[in-house]
This record gives sequence, C-alpha cells and structure tokens, in this order.
Amino acid sequence: MSENKTDALPLEYSTHQGQMNIVGFWIFLAAEIALFSTLFATYAVLFGRTADSPAPAELFEAGTVLIMTFILLTSSFTCGLAIHNMREGSLKGLMVWLALTLVLGLSFLGFEIYEFVHYVSEGAALGSSAFWSGFFVLTGTHGVHVTLGIGWMIAILIQLKQRGLTAVTTRKVFIVGLYWHFLDVIWIFIFTSVYMIGMVV
Amino acid sequence: MQLDEFFVTGEPLIYAGMVSIALVSATVIFLLTYFKRWKWLWQDWLTTVDHKKIGIMYILSALAMLFRGGVDALMMRTQLAFPDMNFLNSQHYNEVFTTHGTIMIIFMAMPFLIGLMNIIVPLQIGARDFAFPYLNAVSFWSFFFGAMLFNLSFVIGGAPDAGWTNYAPLAGSELSPGPGINFYLLGLQLAGIGTLATGINLMVTILRMRAPGMTLMKMPIFTWSTLITTFIIIFAFPILTVALALMTIDRIFGSHFFTLTGEGLPMMWANLFWMWGHPEVYIVILPAFGIFSEIIATFAQKQLFGYKTMVGAIVIIAGLSFVVWVHHFFTMGAGAFVNSVFSITTMMIAIPTGVKIFNWLATLYKSKIIFTTPMLWTLAFIPSFTIGGVTGVMLGMAAADYQYHNSYFLVSHFHYVLIPGTVFACFAGLIFWYPKMFGHKLNERIGKWAFWLFLIGFHLCFFPQYFLGLDGMARRIFTVGPEWFTLNFLSTIGAFVMGLGFIIFVHGIIYSFRFSPRDIEGDSWGYGRTLEWATPTPIPKYNFATVPEVDSHDALIDMKEKGETTFDRSKLKPIHMPSYTGQPFIMMAILFFASFALVFEWITLAVIGLIGAIVMMFIRSFDYDEGYHVEVDEIIETERKARRMTDDE
Amino acid sequence: MKGNKVSLQKKWFTLLPILLAIFMTGCDKMAVLDPVGPVGESQKNLILYAVIFMLGIIVVVYTIFAIVVFKYRANNPNRKPEDYKPEQHGNTKIEIVWFTIPVLIVIALSIPTVNTLFDLEKPPESSQEKEPLVVYATAADWKWIFTYPEQDIETVNYLHIPTDRAIEFRLSSADSMAAFWVPRLGGQKYNMAGMENTLYLQADEEGVYKGRNANFTGEGFTGQTFNVTAQPENEFNDWAASVSEEAPELTQDKYDEILAPGLLDGTMSFSSTHLEWVDHGSNEGRDYSVERHGNKYEENLHLENKPGWAPDEIQQ
Repeated sequence: MSENKTDALPLEYSTHQGQMNIVGFWIFLAAEIALFSTLFATYAVLFGRTADSPAPAELFEAGTVLIMTFILLTSSFTCGLAIHNMREGSLKGLMVWLALTLVLGLSFLGFEIYEFVHYVSEGAALGSSAFWSGFFVLTGTHGVHVTLGIGWMIAILIQLKQRGLTAVTTRKVFIVGLYWHFLDVIWIFIFTSVYMIGMVV
Repeated sequence: MQLDEFFVTGEPLIYAGMVSIALVSATVIFLLTYFKRWKWLWQDWLTTVDHKKIGIMYILSALAMLFRGGVDALMMRTQLAFPDMNFLNSQHYNEVFTTHGTIMIIFMAMPFLIGLMNIIVPLQIGARDFAFPYLNAVSFWSFFFGAMLFNLSFVIGGAPDAGWTNYAPLAGSELSPGPGINFYLLGLQLAGIGTLATGINLMVTILRMRAPGMTLMKMPIFTWSTLITTFIIIFAFPILTVALALMTIDRIFGSHFFTLTGEGLPMMWANLFWMWGHPEVYIVILPAFGIFSEIIATFAQKQLFGYKTMVGAIVIIAGLSFVVWVHHFFTMGAGAFVNSVFSITTMMIAIPTGVKIFNWLATLYKSKIIFTTPMLWTLAFIPSFTIGGVTGVMLGMAAADYQYHNSYFLVSHFHYVLIPGTVFACFAGLIFWYPKMFGHKLNERIGKWAFWLFLIGFHLCFFPQYFLGLDGMARRIFTVGPEWFTLNFLSTIGAFVMGLGFIIFVHGIIYSFRFSPRDIEGDSWGYGRTLEWATPTPIPKYNFATVPEVDSHDALIDMKEKGETTFDRSKLKPIHMPSYTGQPFIMMAILFFASFALVFEWITLAVIGLIGAIVMMFIRSFDYDEGYHVEVDEIIETERKARRMTDDE
Repeated sequence: MKGNKVSLQKKWFTLLPILLAIFMTGCDKMAVLDPVGPVGESQKNLILYAVIFMLGIIVVVYTIFAIVVFKYRANNPNRKPEDYKPEQHGNTKIEIVWFTIPVLIVIALSIPTVNTLFDLEKPPESSQEKEPLVVYATAADWKWIFTYPEQDIETVNYLHIPTDRAIEFRLSSADSMAAFWVPRLGGQKYNMAGMENTLYLQADEEGVYKGRNANFTGEGFTGQTFNVTAQPENEFNDWAASVSEEAPELTQDKYDEILAPGLLDGTMSFSSTHLEWVDHGSNEGRDYSVERHGNKYEENLHLENKPGWAPDEIQQ
C-alpha cells in the first residue's frame, strides 16, 4: 500500500502493492495447480472408459498436436522476450512481442477448436463417454484459460498504449506473463500425459 | 415453464416461508425508505472495502444462516420426536436435512470464522487493511450471493434433496431431475470463488503486511491458525471447484463423469468431495482452536502454554487433513490394506489434537481464571470437544466403523466436534471481540443464560444419539421406531433448549445495543494481550495511526509495560486508503443472475450474465483509482476523539 | 455470582457420569453391542476395547480440567501468590510426555483394528469347515433383492439364512448407492452399481433380525428395509425347496417392474433369478435400471409417516 520506491528492483516490484500482487498471483497459481491436478487425476481415473465411443488412439493426430505444442512453446518464448524488453525500458519492443504472443495464442486456439470439431464429427463428444468427458473438460479448461489470457493481454496492451511503462502497467504485464508461462507448463503435461500416452495405449 | 413449476407449491410450511420472506423484505424496504437509509446502505456498506465492515457483514449473514439452519434442525427434531409424527413428509425431510448440513458448514461456520478473521487478523498483525481490499469485497459478495442463491431454492424451483454430501449417482440428472441439485452446485460454486479469494488475500496479508519486528513465530496464535487455514483453503477449494463443475456439466451438458451411463464413475464424486470435505472440516476447526487459544490466554491472564508446540500441532493437523479422506467411506470396499492405512492416519490426528488439549489445560495451570462469557464458552469447549474427539478416534477404527457408519453415532460425533469446536468458538469469538466491532460489550448476564441453555441443550440433544446409533438407528431416516422413542424425545428437547439459548443470545445483542455502556477503553476487557486491543474503540478506518515495533506474540503486554500506544505523534504520516467501490457488488450480482439462469438451464441468459461479469472484470482492469490519503491533521483529530484526550494532551 | 457459576459447572460434571450410567445400563440391548454372530462379535469387542481407552482419556482430561478450573479461578479465596505464574511459557519434557501417551494409545488401537480389518475380508473361522452360502444382495430404489444362485431362487425384501454357516453377500445396486446393514450380524458395506462388494456375515443364533439400507438413496430410503430370518440349516433348506417349488418364475418384465423406483407392499419370492439376464455388479449391468427407469424420478411418492406404518418392520 505504501509507495516507497526501491530503485534496485525492477519497476513491477518497486511498490509494496506491486510486490503483494505478484506474491498473491503466485499463490493463485498454486491454487490453479491444485485445480489442474484434480482434472488430471479425474482424466487418469476415467482413462479407457470409452464405452461405445472411439478410443483415443484412433483419433489423436500427432501432427496437429505437435504444431499446437510448437506454437504455444514459441508464444512462451515471445512472452519472455516481451518481459525482457520491458525490463530494458522499451515500450515498443514490449508491445510488439506481446502482440506476437497474442497472435500465437490465437492460432493455438484456432487449432484446438479445429481439433475439437474434428473429434466431434468422428463421434467423440463431451457426452460420448466418461473418457471423452474427461478429455474435453481437461483440455477445454486449458483452452478457456488461454482465451481469458488473450482477452487479458488485449486489455493490458491498450493500457500500455494509454499509459506507457509505469509501476502498475509493468506489474500487470509481469503477472500476465507468469500466467502465460503457467499455461505453457500445463500444456506440456497435457501433451505428454494426454496425447502421447493416448496415442500409444 | 409454468409459474407453478417455478415456485414450490403445495406445502403449507413453504407457503409460510414465502409469506415470511415477503414480509421481512417488505419491512426492510419500508424501514430503509422511511428512515431515508438507502444512500447510507449503499455508501457505507454495499460499496465498502473496509475489512472491519466486511467482517461485520460476514458475521451478520452467518447469524442469519445459523437461524435458518437452526430452524431446519428444529423441524427435523420435531419430526423425530415421536414415532407417529407426521410433521414433515419424506421428501420435505430430505430437503431439510440437506439444506441444514450445507448451510451450517458452507454458509454459517465458514463465513462466521472468515468474518472474525476479516476483522481481527489485520488488527492482530498491525495492518491497515487486507492486501487486496477490493478482492475482499468481491469475496464477501460472492459468498453473500452464493448463499442467497442456495436459499432461494426453498421457494423457487425446489430445494436440493441429496444430502449435503450430494453423492452420485443419486444427485445425477436421472435420479434427481429438476433444479434442486443445480441450486446446490451453483450456490456452492459461487460462494467457493469468494472463499478461495479470501484464502489468497489473507495469506498475502499475513505474509507481507505484518508490523515491524513481528516474525512468524511472534504472530498471535489466531493469526497463525488463520495462516494455516489459508493454506488448506488454497489446496482444498480448487478440488471442490472441479467436483462441482464436473457434476454441473454432467447434469446440464450431458457429460459422464459421475453417471451410471457412459462408464462414468459415481464413486469418484465421493473421493473428490471428501478430498475437499475433510480439509474443509479443518478449515472450520483450526481457526476455532486459534480463537480458544487467544481467549484462554487472555482470561487465564497467562501466556499460552507451549506456543511453538501449538503452532506445530496446527501445521501437523493441516498436513494430515489431506490424507484421511477415505475414512468417510471405509465401507466402500477399498480393501483391508487401504482401510488400514487411512485408519491409522485418521487416528494420528488425535495426537496433535491431544497435545493441544493438554497445552490448554497447562495454560490454565497456575493461572488466574476470570469467568467472562467468552471464557465460559471456551472452558465448556474442552470437555465437550474431548467427547467428540475420542468418538472420532473410535470412528477412525475402520473395522468398527462398519457398524458406526451412516448411523446416529456418526451424527452425534460430528456434532460433538463441530458444535463445541466451531460454534462455541464463533460465539466466544463474537462476544470476545464484540466491543472492537460495535463499541460496546454484550450483556454478560444474558450471555451467561444463553451459554448455559445452549450447553445443556447441546449435550441433551446429542449425547443420546451415540446410543441411538449403537442401537442401529441410521441417519437421514424420517421416522423413528417406537423402541427409539425415549432417546429421540430427549434429543428433541435438547434441540429446543439450544434454540432457546440462541434466541436469548440474540436478545442479548438487541438488549446490549440499547443499554450497554459505550466502551471507552481500547482494551475493552482489560486483559488484552495482542495488537487488536491496542487500537482505540471505535477503531479508526485506518486502524493504526502508527504501527508499533513488536517483539513477542503478546505485543500489547509489552506495549503496556513500555507505555506505548498506536498513536505516536512523532511518527505520524499520511495514511493511504483504498476508495469504496460498487463494482464488487455489481459484478457478483451479475454472476448471481448468471448462476440463477444456469440453475434452470436457461443457457442464453447464463451466457449473457457471464459476459456481463467479464465486462466488469475489464472495467476493473482499466480502473486506476489510486485511493486517497488520510492527512495527519485528520488522524490527530480522530485519535484524540477516540482516545478522549483533553486539549492539553 | 461467579462462585455460583462454578458450582453449577461442577454439578454438571457430576451429572454426566450419572447420565452415562443410565445410558450404559441399556447397553446390552443395543443392537450393535448385542451381536448374534462372529462378525458382529469381533466388532463389538473392538468397540468395547476402544471404549476403555476413551473412558480413560475422558477421566484424565476431566479430572485435570475440574482441578485447574476450580483451583486457579481468580476469585478462589484460598489463592496463594505462588499459584500464579504468568510467565510460564512451556515445558518441553512434559509436552513430550503428553505427546508420547497419545502415540502409544494410537498404536494400541491400530493393531487390533488392522487385524480385524483383514479378518473381516475372510469368512469367519468358526464355520471354516463349510463353504460359505453365496447370496447376491442387490439394492434398488427402494427395495432389496436377494438372489440365491445355488438354490436358484430369489426373494424381495426378506432374507433367510442358515445359522452357523458363513454367508458371502455379493453386494451391488441397480441404481443409487446403498449400504447393506444388519446391525446384529455385523457392519455394513456399500452396494454400488457396476461393482461388487463382498461382505461375510454369520448368524449363530436363530431369530429374526432387522436389516436396512443405511446409506441415503432418496425419497423411499426410510422404507428400504428387510427382515433376516436365521434358521437351522435343515429348516433353511426346507424353506428354499418350498420357494423353489411354489413360487412363480421371475420373468424379465416382472423384474423390470420391480426395479421401477417406489416402495413395494410386502415381500415376494421367485423360483428363478435375475442373474440370467443382468448382474448389476458387473460393468455391463451398471446402467440396466437407469436406462429403463431413468425418467421415472420426476414424480414424488409423497411418502407420509402413516400411523401404524413402522418402516423398520416389513409386513409379511
């Protein structure tokens, strides 16, 4: 709450409130980990319970999923570059890299929607069996997070345009960056434990 | 949908409920209009971000919910008083015990404790407010609207009727059609958002906003128990969020998580529910332990015995709370090995709990006990809770649990834990800190009447139930056999005595509001040990004019010795304050609307509501209100007035 | 005024053992503590073993509590200055003592618990020489269906078992999760659709015992009860033979009708079993009932507690 500024710290850490927001967001991510762990556990328990619907190995396509993974990993990298530019004090660099992250996020989402539509057309929908319920809710929850992240980034880009680099805007960028990396980590778990195992088993 | 499907019809009791809801609402609207208080309500309360006011709203709502849950309880006990009783039919009885359990745990115990935490924790650590005051308001309104949504089910659409545990497949869309269970799922979901947010908020507050010098091991014990509770909230509540969401998707969008069709797994609900549910029990008991510890130390006029051990015990209990959930369904047939493991972890909880009991007793040893009402509630807790604790160990012995499970033995056990533990702590804490909230004490004479009636009624109500359980009386049956008449009748009398105790307690609140002398001391009881008593009464909106240096967990005792106060003119600086805002209220009202629509599966309306909530989040994102500063002159004036200083001081 | 309160508090504590004594005199008659077979007996022994420890703990805690509250009250006229030590902050040694005692108690309770748990997974030893009698106990909203595959008969809402022989109950449910509980024979286990639980029980004494569903299953739950008749093996065989000869065959249509949610009037017997077309305990049988009757829960039963309707007794 106090505005005592410490010069040694990056701008986003320069106010006590900024520090608290970042700590708070880390704790929020801990809760998100608990949330996704529960979803992963649910998915694991329901694995193989496909009833009359197709098995995952019949539908999962290595190509699409690899492209999605590549896109999301790259977006995490561009997001990191955005933060780097922010630390360097380059508003323009920050905005360019953040916008690129946004575009990558959108294309990831496009692939995911295409993938879902494809599965549904093949007879594997949310209501087809316990396994597919688990699959769609787990990956769908990740997708919803990505969507919210995109909306959030747009809001922050507008604010950066309006206000430039301040203690508040840099903190917001930093936090959305944490969120974005977190989603990337979750996706790596989805990629390995859902798609890779699903294609093999 | 026809109107008669929308409203619950055909039950005289529910018509009476509708009429009373209409009358109360009309009275409130009339009074607000007549006394021209609408503006006051909006500006002072609905838009507040002050932790003290939010805490008061939490506690008032919790008391209202205690009333509703209590009426449910009395209705059940009336039905069970005689073997031939026909006061409630089966369906109605099922609804009543479902709402009783859900309301008492989710909408009474938790918000009551969160309310006390809201008011007291920032004061105990020397903070001006929460880390995120705006988020705190969001939390409260999410709880409030969640509770409203759940309670609405009583007159609109039909109440949930699958028990507070809401087991699948019974609670699935096939075996429980209609909106009842949706009310449960969405009401809890809405309130759960707020609980999780409060958990994060309090944790950051405690970790980052303590007074200078207050290391973790110098925190007051209530703050410690709150910190550990927030850990449990952060790791347990997401599990509930997922479980509720999955069942909602099952019911509304036709997925197969917990269904019998499509190879769903109904037992997964029991697992997820209790993976949250058991930690939840400790969410409502650990803060209670903290409250009792504070009160014992205060009115025994002695340091808490074994402070470090007490902290350690809380940490161990919190850890164990995540690895005992299977004991809620030993009878599911997981096999002897699994049951053995969970049996032993369950019994292990008794070890730190036992240590706490003995440390409280040791605190009383060589002390000077003052029998104030909060102390009476606390003292009564020890022997009463011990009974609940030892029967808990008995239930933990899985092989014997096959006989106790689903019986009144179990019912009696958890009431023996939750009432002396949580409810006594809520009463004790409320009475103890009441002067800090309202500037006057509760009448002690009336308070003692309420205490004795409630205590005697409690034991009369629940002690016989152990024996009913051992005689094979299953829980949740709506009629009793003639062989169980005597004990059930005693139990019903006990329940009504408790009800009388509650009424007298409320009478005490009203009486004290009118007649109690207004407090002039910051340390209202005269025995305060921690920083909340260092503030003047009424507490200024910024709490502390100056924050003292702390070097023990009884900070005020040290300050008294050194002659310090929280008003040190040489250190005064302008204090930053957050602005009040109506956004949290509006945002949660919109989510309430969306949830209500989803209950009736009106998807379009629900989506509109959801978009509305997202728009509110955008508005918040673009909101750069920096708050304002309280200037030094104003602080001096406020403090002088509150401390009744004369001009020459 | 304060002295008055303390004495009242003491009165309450003296009242408690008296109440306890009154309740305890009724113990022999309490179902769980009056078992008629080895399973219930082992559970009763475990319960009483635990009760001894628990009473010990309660006596210790209550005694210390009564003494400290009485002696260290601020207004005690006999207070001495050394009775007040506000700076006393802890004592590691004594804390270790009262940490160790509960550890020992937990160990003392764990050993017989684990032993009994493993014993309960096997048929009781006292009837080892005989093969257990297999009975499928299937819960359906809101009735009990008992299937005797050896005898090829089926009963609804009543159960006959031979004495001195282990019964291997195979528990499952057609719809919601129930719990099969006959308190005088022994503890319960859940009935679930799509899985099978095994529960061994045995009656050593003849008689009629009450059994019920202990786990809430919705509107008719209270009435989901049955009577267990335990009789000597030869009488049991006679009964089974007479059902086999006299009772009608169970057709699938009739069975589906029985499964529909609702309470039945009285009991039924059949000379064939539903296992021919469905086993609700198997993965294939899990949605048998829901597919047929899933739409029949819209209507309420409006179940009232009619005078004379004693749900714990089944009309024969």
